[in-house]
Amino acid sequence: MSVKTVEQAITAAENLNETLNAFLEIDREGALERAAAIENSDGALAGLPVAVKDNICVVGLQASCGSRILGDYHPPYNATVIERLTQAGGVVIGKTNCDEFAMGSSNENSAFGPVRNPWDTTRVPGGSSGGSAAAVAAGIVPVALGSDTGGSVRQPASLCGVVGLKPTYGRNSRYGLVAFASSLDQVGIFARRVEDVASVLGVIAGRDPHDATTADVPVPDYTAALTGDLKGARVGFPRALFGEGLDEEVGDAVKGVVKVYRDLGVEIVDVDLPHAQYAIAVYYIIATAEASSNLARFDGVRYGFRAEDTPELRQMYRRTREEGFGAEVKRRIMLGTYVLSAGYYDAYYLKAQKVRTLIENDFLSAFERCDAIITPTAPTTAFALGEKVDDPLAMYLNDIYTVTANLAGVPGISVPCGLSSERLPIGFQLLGPYWSEPTLFKLAHGYAQARPFTERPPVSAPPA
Amino acid sequence: MPLEEKDIAKVAQLAHLELDEEELKVFGPQIAGIINYVEQLNHLDTANVTPALGGLTPEGEKTDSARDDEVAPSLGQKTALAEAPDPAEGHFRVPKVL
Repeated sequence: MSVKTVEQAITAAENLNETLNAFLEIDREGALERAAAIENSDGALAGLPVAVKDNICVVGLQASCGSRILGDYHPPYNATVIERLTQAGGVVIGKTNCDEFAMGSSNENSAFGPVRNPWDTTRVPGGSSGGSAAAVAAGIVPVALGSDTGGSVRQPASLCGVVGLKPTYGRNSRYGLVAFASSLDQVGIFARRVEDVASVLGVIAGRDPHDATTADVPVPDYTAALTGDLKGARVGFPRALFGEGLDEEVGDAVKGVVKVYRDLGVEIVDVDLPHAQYAIAVYYIIATAEASSNLARFDGVRYGFRAEDTPELRQMYRRTREEGFGAEVKRRIMLGTYVLSAGYYDAYYLKAQKVRTLIENDFLSAFERCDAIITPTAPTTAFALGEKVDDPLAMYLNDIYTVTANLAGVPGISVPCGLSSERLPIGFQLLGPYWSEPTLFKLAHGYAQARPFTERPPVSAPPA
Repeated sequence: MPLEEKDIAKVAQLAHLELDEEELKVFGPQIAGIINYVEQLNHLDTANVTPALGGLTPEGEKTDSARDDEVAPSLGQKTALAEAPDPAEGHFRVPKVL
């Protein structure tokens, strides 16, 4: 059974890749071998085909991070999430395209060309985990892994019409996830059904001795939370976030979700996140500062690309990085280096860490009054390829609803809630307190039961 | 604060990037624009706020990551060198330093 399912996924990935460019590597032979080997496994995910973002290490497959500087780098070890996934019978069928080093909101920063949105191939899938989102949306795989540093799972999930989870910071191991901004990065999960996100999280979550930032917090049975009974739950509505900059159709759709919740017996309470408006500014200081440090390791010495004809060491470093990195990565390394440089550290980096505390405190007080907060996931539906490439700040504002969760470390989930007049998916986001994934799953699943999202995109694999 | 091309060149040097003329021209105004945007944080009084130190939850803070100091298997020389652009006799070879 598992071999057949895995083969169908591989064939769909191969057939649709010319159109979507969602995969950077498809491992037909290896995946079929692994599927055959676990044919009789009774693991929780036995025979489940999974696509994995190309910044997560899988032995035998490349890990380019969408960058020329890593190119066909093949990591010598598995990420912990991959170890756990495969132990449970999951079969990795390939590596998905992404913005270079997960930096971007449109997938246009990949060195290997952008992914196209299966709902409209002239539009972006979102980013940075655009390939994983598109692969799930097009029905190639039921589940994919991505990484979320500022919204890189939730925003593409919204733009592609699938469910996307960023867990609590420390819920999943980052060992084997190529680091972008270590205090913000988490491995996240895409699926069409909330149930699948819940079962995969149950498998990959938990303490890992290889990652000191994983927390010693028990992993519950997440599927047990999917009761369908939402009575008595309290959802916070941050009215101020539904104003300027939000597309009207998206705003109306999310307000429609609030109404559905009310009808399901959920109490809606007004909440305020007074510092949310500063989140993008804080994020682009902290994330770039951490990136400038993390990406210092790419210097042409131990792995990946090295520039040719560089007879002197420092020249080799500089030329390798100049030729190996794309424009957005260089821009962020520059910005991060600047905000950490002598004389500017207090004004930018320290200031940002203080405002980060204020953003955390906003959430702590809001969660005294509610179990979760509802917002749009992204301010618009999928935009056109090329529309925002020349304006980095406009691109950064895509993350306005998602970055707060990474700054505060709280979990967030994006859930599809319909199509726009242009037949593009709209998503809403639920944010919860630390370790509240069961509550998020319960609320997301309750909504999906009441208003199932059953539309399929024009670019789609044949149903299994 | 206006960022001049020489400031950008200085940052590029610190970041080990050899930017070309075109990049120096484009990055200057873009980075200045982003810096201008983030300066809105100065509207907030943070004199009495403790800076956040990373993303750890309270439970993460409490998690003890210490382990016994015991020798455990590692990648080994052969595997560690397998992806190097220029390995030589068990080492990472680099161009001359001086």
